[in-house]
Amino acid sequence: MYEHDVLIIGGGLAGLRAAVEVTRAGADVAVISKVHPVRSHSNAAQGGINAPLTDRGDEWEGHAYDTIKGSDFLADQDAVEVMSSEAGEAVLELERMGVIFSRGEDGKLGTRAFGGQKVARTFFVGAITGSAILHVLFEQSLKLGLNVYEEWFVTKLIIEDGACRGVVAIDLKTGEMHTIRAKAVIMAAGGAGRVFEPSTNALICTGDGLSLAYRAGVPLMDMEMIQYHPTTLARTGILMSEAARGEGAYLLNASGERFMEKTAPDYMELASRDVVSRAEQTEIDEGRGIDGNVLLDLRHLGRSYIEAKLGYLQEVSVEFLGIDMAEQPVPVQPGMHYIMGGIKTDVNGATNVPGLYAAGECANVSVHGANRLGANSLLDTVVFGRRSGVHAVEYIKSVRAHSKTEEDLASENARLQALLDRPKGERVATVRDDMARGMTKGIGVFRDQASMEGALENLKNVKSRMGGFSIENKGKVFNTDLMFGLELEFMVDCAEAVVAGALTRKESRGAHFRTDITERDDENWLKHTLMYQDDEAEDGVRVETSDVKITQWEPVKRVY
Amino acid sequence: MPDAKQATEQQTINVKLKVKRYDPADSGGKTWWQEYEVDVHPDSTVLDSLIEVREQNDGTLAMRCACRASICGSCGMKVNGSAKLVCKTRVIDVAPNGEQLIIEPMGNQHVVKDLVVSLDTFFSQIKRVEPFLQPDHVPAQGEYIASNSSMENLLTSMNCIMCGCCVSDCTVLEVDANFIGPAALAKAWRFTEDPRDGKRDERLKMLNDEDGGMWDCTRCMKCVDVCPKGVAPMDRIMELREAAIKAGNTNTPGYHHTESFYNSVKKNGRLDETRLAIDSAGWTNLPRLLDLAPIGIAAMRKGKLPPLMPHKSEDNQKVKDLYKSVEDES
Repeated sequence: MYEHDVLIIGGGLAGLRAAVEVTRAGADVAVISKVHPVRSHSNAAQGGINAPLTDRGDEWEGHAYDTIKGSDFLADQDAVEVMSSEAGEAVLELERMGVIFSRGEDGKLGTRAFGGQKVARTFFVGAITGSAILHVLFEQSLKLGLNVYEEWFVTKLIIEDGACRGVVAIDLKTGEMHTIRAKAVIMAAGGAGRVFEPSTNALICTGDGLSLAYRAGVPLMDMEMIQYHPTTLARTGILMSEAARGEGAYLLNASGERFMEKTAPDYMELASRDVVSRAEQTEIDEGRGIDGNVLLDLRHLGRSYIEAKLGYLQEVSVEFLGIDMAEQPVPVQPGMHYIMGGIKTDVNGATNVPGLYAAGECANVSVHGANRLGANSLLDTVVFGRRSGVHAVEYIKSVRAHSKTEEDLASENARLQALLDRPKGERVATVRDDMARGMTKGIGVFRDQASMEGALENLKNVKSRMGGFSIENKGKVFNTDLMFGLELEFMVDCAEAVVAGALTRKESRGAHFRTDITERDDENWLKHTLMYQDDEAEDGVRVETSDVKITQWEPVKRVY
Repeated sequence: MPDAKQATEQQTINVKLKVKRYDPADSGGKTWWQEYEVDVHPDSTVLDSLIEVREQNDGTLAMRCACRASICGSCGMKVNGSAKLVCKTRVIDVAPNGEQLIIEPMGNQHVVKDLVVSLDTFFSQIKRVEPFLQPDHVPAQGEYIASNSSMENLLTSMNCIMCGCCVSDCTVLEVDANFIGPAALAKAWRFTEDPRDGKRDERLKMLNDEDGGMWDCTRCMKCVDVCPKGVAPMDRIMELREAAIKAGNTNTPGYHHTESFYNSVKKNGRLDETRLAIDSAGWTNLPRLLDLAPIGIAAMRKGKLPPLMPHKSEDNQKVKDLYKSVEDES
């Protein structure tokens, strides 16, 4: 029998930060994750974490405005105000926990420049900022003696009388299924990058958390907002951090021109990511690329500077492409990287289901709107991870007893057994690849009605095959084959919400750029899209909209 | 090695894999070798090839992998007998002429299934070094003031992604499961070198005194060889030893060993192995000296006992000059 006050799904930055907070409040907490916490995808964040530190002349309103402008005015401004005003303390706290942030001459934290911001306010550890922070939060979890269900995979949220009361999960090491009861659950399970192919995301980013919440009746918001990162390596889709451009790298086309001059003469390579990715794609589509890529040129920075500040990028470039960045430019292309959309929450991480909170990439507060600024994702995880912890602890005071139900365990056992018992059919990977390639094709850097309808048709075809794939591995111990099947079901839910959101939004805003409707339409579309899973609705999704919260910044045309 | 450029012009390359399988459920645990062949893109890594096997060939094959970009530390395993992070190991580099690759789970760790090993060994070692910052004061506001070079210095160890490759191939752990191990000691170094930490002396003393601590490393270099992130754990262990001695920890066989080595070579130009053994144990440490007796007797039987009176080199001046120049430098 497993019981906790608060159960956190996911052991990345948002999950561990929430866990630290709940532990400090004296409540009984556990983290459950399908991978060991230090394997989480927070590792992959390279460039840094934004924070306006007032003692060095910055102000939170400046960061808030850059974030809102970056979001193409789709972010909720009250949420951004919370994030920006809490950012300084959040980063300083990480430093005091032990993060080895880079320093300036005075021994205080130093910064680098990042996209969409004129003020250099990105704090960093080389090009391994996410990993360096994740490992320090893991250290803190050891210090606190945090209880972690390592390599346990959640298959269902337990919803009783309308409230979230725990989960059903499979212990991958034994293959046994268990109920874990909790008075509150914080979803911090990360993004859904593998819905697309290629993607910079780890193979574990399969939208589990988004889908679990979606199935429990929580709306997924602004799912059409998919970030294509401007600099990913050809074929592998491996990320090359924005830190390269933050430190001064150029983007060049086949003729050696810094083409950003045409679209962002003021910010150049450091315009918002959606703007840079579109400029690159335009160069490539109009024949000024090189084999589907443009070039990221760091040569003028010099070898010692590259190795000191961007060591991991040099490692990746040499190991995966055989290119020494000090000698040669690196071919890069826009690649799917981040999902701005997610589980709709308020500024405390609360969803519309009592007892269910969400934070990090799986959540949408919304602070990123239609386009996230680089180095705001790490900030999002720690600020809203902490807040969701604080409020979950408040919430559980009103919950008298744990749920007693065993029904979900029985039904999940039956569901998984049925999946294992299916006759031999298609391979999971075949269906998954068809889904993911169709998504990238239809919901790309540029999209239009026809491409999005193509994605919908493709998805319908994929859905029709979901009853026909089979699981080859029938064993109990570490049956990842079964897990991949369950992950595919999660991904299809996410894809469904992405396509529905994209087809609904009849304008171009941020990452949602339609070549058939190229303008932003504030009159009709200064709105969030809300996708609800609904068997009665067409294609299984009901789409609603809600107004964007504007506090002090009226939308204006976005110019970089 | 064939021309890499020529290889990329081909559509695919054929990869031959021989994988050590283990199924704990099969009649109480069964180990066997299984061979696979897959065609992959010429730039593919060993991980790409194994994923191809898992997805298109054999769904029962268990392994861990996540980021594919050498940052999550999931995919450590042995390739041709040596631990590697397979996501950053290109096929063309380890099998340039299409040789069969031998794939096994990491060593020194309990196998759960196929290429998946238990994480318990690794993380129980990490936990032994109190792996979290223990400052003696917290700034009332703002951050700790520290030089950038002191933080960049720590990057060496913070680059560790806890993949376990060093633990896998550690030759001490093979014979002594109580050794704290290379990864945990490199982690400990990260705190003894952190100017913000307030427990430096206590940490060094603990790592010095503890059974299985810093003196158990035999300097075989394996961990330096296999670490995919340049952490070079053995170098960190040597720095720990130096720091421990400087902090006054001179009560261990490890220190006596070092001291005896130093004095013997300085005096004689050669190592006095008999004295080294006794010095290391301690002249008054009777139980420890008694432990040595059977080894001495066995060595004598095989004619391998070092001479009781040490040989001296004829001209010791060069050795003395070397000592002087090193001492002047430090």
